[in-house]
Amino acid sequence: MSSSVDAHAAPHAARYPRLYINRLGFWLFIFSESMLFAGLLASRFYLLGLYRPPELSQTLGLLITVLLLLSSLTAYLAEAAIVHGDRRSFLRNTLYTMVLGTIFLIGVAFEWNAAFTHFPPSSPFGTVFFAMTGMHALHVLSGIFLLGLIYYNGRRGAYGPDDPWPPEGVVKYWHFVDVVWVFFYAALYLVS
Amino acid sequence: MKPILKGILGGIVGFAIGVILLMLIRVLFGLPAWSTEPAATVGYLFGLIGWLLGVGVWDYWARGWLGRPNKPYTTTGWRRYFDFDTDHKVIGVQYGVTLVLLFLLAGLLAMVMRYELMRPGRDIINSAVYNRIMSMHGTSMVFVAVAAIMGAFGNYVMPIMIGADDMAYPRLNALSYWFVPPVAIALLIAAFTGGFDTGWTGYPPLVEVTKLGALFYALAFFTIGFASILGAVNILTTAITMRAPGLSWGRLPIFVWSIIGTAILSLLLTQFIALSMILVILDRVGGFGFFDPSQGGAPILYQHIFWFYSHPAVYVMILPAFGIALEIISHFSRKPLFAYKWAVAGMLGVVFLSIIVWAHHMFTSSMTEKLLIPFMISTELISVPTGMVFLAALGTIWRGKLRLDTPMLFALGVIFNFLLGGITGVFLSDVPVDVHLQDTYFVVAHFHYTIVGGGIFGLFAGIYYWFPKVTGRMYNEKLGKLHFWWMIIGFTLTFIPMFWLGINGMNRRIADYSPELGGVNMFVSLMAFFLGASFIVFVYNMVVSWVWGEEAVANPWNATTLEWMTPSPPPHHNFPATPEVVGDPYGYGIPGALHARVGPAPSVASD
Repeated sequence: MSSSVDAHAAPHAARYPRLYINRLGFWLFIFSESMLFAGLLASRFYLLGLYRPPELSQTLGLLITVLLLLSSLTAYLAEAAIVHGDRRSFLRNTLYTMVLGTIFLIGVAFEWNAAFTHFPPSSPFGTVFFAMTGMHALHVLSGIFLLGLIYYNGRRGAYGPDDPWPPEGVVKYWHFVDVVWVFFYAALYLVS
Repeated sequence: MKPILKGILGGIVGFAIGVILLMLIRVLFGLPAWSTEPAATVGYLFGLIGWLLGVGVWDYWARGWLGRPNKPYTTTGWRRYFDFDTDHKVIGVQYGVTLVLLFLLAGLLAMVMRYELMRPGRDIINSAVYNRIMSMHGTSMVFVAVAAIMGAFGNYVMPIMIGADDMAYPRLNALSYWFVPPVAIALLIAAFTGGFDTGWTGYPPLVEVTKLGALFYALAFFTIGFASILGAVNILTTAITMRAPGLSWGRLPIFVWSIIGTAILSLLLTQFIALSMILVILDRVGGFGFFDPSQGGAPILYQHIFWFYSHPAVYVMILPAFGIALEIISHFSRKPLFAYKWAVAGMLGVVFLSIIVWAHHMFTSSMTEKLLIPFMISTELISVPTGMVFLAALGTIWRGKLRLDTPMLFALGVIFNFLLGGITGVFLSDVPVDVHLQDTYFVVAHFHYTIVGGGIFGLFAGIYYWFPKVTGRMYNEKLGKLHFWWMIIGFTLTFIPMFWLGINGMNRRIADYSPELGGVNMFVSLMAFFLGASFIVFVYNMVVSWVWGEEAVANPWNATTLEWMTPSPPPHHNFPATPEVVGDPYGYGIPGALHARVGPAPSVASD
């Protein structure tokens, strides 16, 4: 993340700016990660077809989905703010994103609580449900951790129009996690 | 050495934190505090994080995240190889030495297996121990074959070949190497917690009901998968963004192309091996039902996910060897690489076709019959792009001025062996034949002909070819040639009879066989010991030459590519100034041809 601090700085300049190199590596990693989620999606349909249990709470599912999508908006605002040098707005929106992400995780915990009684991990749907939401929640958790890092550093005066990469990378990662949830939400809550 | 001690400490602390955290959570949910498998899993993952933080991530990386100055290590000399060093050359050597050691150890296990198989019936070990040794041999060797060339030469040579001063992400590079020691530790723990007897493929349901060792098998596989994804990101980014000015895609040395193709496969598909291992761990530890039919799961799903990575993985093993072979054949035939563009197209064709052939490993798995013929056709189709690579090799040799030094001998060995390995693969891709030959020694022979005959011969070709560049010293040519002839004769006589054994019904992965196959098995075992002994020559040659060998010049082979335009071994950032590429990499026999200029152009110097 902290590309600007590198003791082994190159003696001769690279052909591409550091920002470009970071973006490329980031997208390659995202490409790779999306394969993991694609594999989970494929497993869901392989094992269960289009089956969906009626006990799934549609209200809660829709609510946390909306919250997570909202958090993408605040994440975007945070990134745009730091690119334009508006530190206060950056910090505020990063904080909103973290709060929304945390509420999402709490919502998932509520869902799990209900799921344990209706379809525990040992049942066919529970197997798929807990694995998919669990894997995604782990990514949300790591995203909140990364947001916390850029919030911490942002408060101490790091980043700005000249050094936008760490916030940009974290926010893009956050968007990716959200997009994954859009697919997972559809595959878990909507198909039948 | 200090970083390693810190890493071990971090690992222990991490393990303890993980176990305690898990026990607290379990108590909170009213479960009994101790449960071995969850504790082992969570402890391992936390221990892995602790190890990585201790070994260098904290000092060199994470301090920066918290807005503090990083504390990079500044050790010099041989101690660098035991540090979290970010120089790609150090990391290449770390990978190379570690994996060659693992190769030799796993080879010793094969010797034990062949000793047991000398005579029908039980000799020294019972069949349970045999299964564990066989599984450990297979798993370790797969790790070696996947990571050796990519890790050693993809790290060491590739950046120099493209005129870069280092990888795009030096710290990430160091991180991905330091994932390897935990893999070794996990395999060791697996061996001492009952081992695993699933073979390297780890099919459920066996992998989910067998001893604790199988859990560590899954964790080890998961860890090395993670490392290879990080490595692939790094290699692809480097190859795309760090090329020297003038080094267009059409001027890339063929070895770099092979590394790019391999990295694409690793990047996209390694996630599936990680996924299959995660699902196995969830099933085993968390009581999930992915692969347990009694819980609505499907064991065949595991095979789909597993082979979706693991078939392309055999191309991860073989493509870099093709790259090394073509590279060496061009330099040692003193001719431009024949049909360069077709060779590149062939490699990329292998990359894309290899993604749609995985189910040929499952012809007898009772999967949907509709899938048999499409997968047979796609598998047989893959011999077309492979053939293009072969024709490039043959066309280059044709009327060349061949220099039969050790690297060239090994490169020709790759071509010769893989021809046999590839042709026997056509038999196995054919559904009716495969039904007969499935799970016999025919498969064992075919697999070893491709991966050992192709991949490992390619690894040795690369070791001999770049040895003077890496160490700054020349190996003993006579011993090198002795090693080659000894190895290829032992290899041929070991594995050719195995085809016959397989056709005659000798099952693989079983410690016993029917008595009438005894004579041939005795011969195979003796030849296997002969083959194993050839590596004594290799180790002796490497160790002695590295320490006492005569000093190598910058370009002992008179080769044209960039890594030979810098001293042996290269200085810290490889080149004194950014090289400028002005022509094709293989300009042999063309008057005035030049691949690259290093340092300021003459006109600038005269100013």
